[in-house]
Amino acid sequence: MARRTLAIRLAMLLALWAVWEIAARSGLFYEGIIPSSFLVLDSMGRHVGDPVFYGHLARTLYEVLAGFALGSAIGLAGGIVVGAHRFTDEASAPYLHGFASTPKIVFLPILMLLFGAGPGSKVGMGAFSAFFPAVIAVAAGMAQVSPVHVKVARGFNASFLQIVRKIYLPSLVAPAITGMRLGLGVAIIGVLLAEIKFSDRGLGHLAIQHYNFFRVADMYAVLLLTFALAVLANALMGRVGKALLRRPVPA
Amino acid sequence: MRRGAGPVLAGLAAVAGLAVALEMAVAAGLIGGFVVAPPTAIAGAMPKLLFEEGVGRAFLVTFASTFSASALAALVGIPAGYLLYRHAWLGRAYENWIAALFSAPLILLYPMFLVIFGRSPAVCVAMGFLVGVIPVILKTREGFLGARPVLVNVARSFGAGEAEILRKVLLPAARPAIFTGLRLCLIYAMINVVGIEFLANLGGLGFLVGEMFDRYDIPAMYAALICLVLTSTLFYALTGRAERWLGGR
Repeated sequence: MARRTLAIRLAMLLALWAVWEIAARSGLFYEGIIPSSFLVLDSMGRHVGDPVFYGHLARTLYEVLAGFALGSAIGLAGGIVVGAHRFTDEASAPYLHGFASTPKIVFLPILMLLFGAGPGSKVGMGAFSAFFPAVIAVAAGMAQVSPVHVKVARGFNASFLQIVRKIYLPSLVAPAITGMRLGLGVAIIGVLLAEIKFSDRGLGHLAIQHYNFFRVADMYAVLLLTFALAVLANALMGRVGKALLRRPVPA
Repeated sequence: MRRGAGPVLAGLAAVAGLAVALEMAVAAGLIGGFVVAPPTAIAGAMPKLLFEEGVGRAFLVTFASTFSASALAALVGIPAGYLLYRHAWLGRAYENWIAALFSAPLILLYPMFLVIFGRSPAVCVAMGFLVGVIPVILKTREGFLGARPVLVNVARSFGAGEAEILRKVLLPAARPAIFTGLRLCLIYAMINVVGIEFLANLGGLGFLVGEMFDRYDIPAMYAALICLVLTSTLFYALTGRAERWLGGR
């Protein structure tokens, strides 16, 4: 029953909020560690109305989009190369999966050595993060391409480029979208964590500045806004992916 | 699936070739030695890392955080998954939310834990728990839902109580799914623990990488990164083995 589900959810949210407020006012915690939700909401309002916030947002958006585009492009191309033969696929799999299951943020020092402490290393972090889901998904997709289709195309004397365009690319749309959807999520995380660790601008920088000056309510506000934006971006990407997949594949 | 040694050897040869190429590029001055440490220098830094910087201890710290977070996640997640299964209205209300949290960038909230717990290993454990408990809940519920209703009904008609049905029918049926959830939990917990160790400079393998960078000991930093990648690769493979062994039907 939808009404009951809604009621339970609302009750849950109210209960969480009540627990938060009680914790904030109980005096059990050190002063300021858990600020009242009204203070956080007020700070959110101030941030949203402040042009400075949008400056940081613009930097983060630039880093995420550039990193995501770069990492996805390299990952998609790499996936096609690696997945083209079973031999290269098997040779590279342990390394790709090994890196993929390591937290990417620890590679930030290398990226800072390569691209400096500015936005370059954050773009690099986003690209490095987005690369792995893309390459793994596309390499797996290449293995799924039907050999019969390739043989038929060869039988009709299709050129190499024609085979790539008419056989491989159409069957790689779905894995590419999956890889990019996951890639955007991790690129956002990579960029923001890199900003938190070391940067001069961006939403992650803003949050950690508030932390350093112990403006806890402001820090919570920025983190929650950033979190909401990240969730929104992921949902949007999911929508776009679904819409693209529903389109009929061009023959 | 049978696999030849060919691809493995080719992979190793590619890594060795890359190492030689890097060594030569650094020696020829094409790449600065402070950006990419020459592989021989990295190998030379390994003993120092092992015996002086305490990689072993860092390893133990990281795994202590990972396993305590996962144990907590199992303790909370399995009963929670059962509750969501047992009471369908709870399942309907929360399943989507929990699934949404699964893909949400929870690690971005770590500064909050830093404020609440202070700079202590508790931050790593709390973050590991939070990201780890979600797959445990989801997979446990999925496992219980997958149990064949006819088995539950037979047990009930033989007069089995709720506790007995849970122990003799539901848990055995859900075992593979629960172990899948626990494996995901361990992997996510470790990724997040190491990430926070690096970000917040809190003991463990992630801390070691940041520490070497702060000292500008570039070969040792690369050595620490290699240890970290090897550890997480092995962990990934071993938990996969454990899952198949413990969760196999």
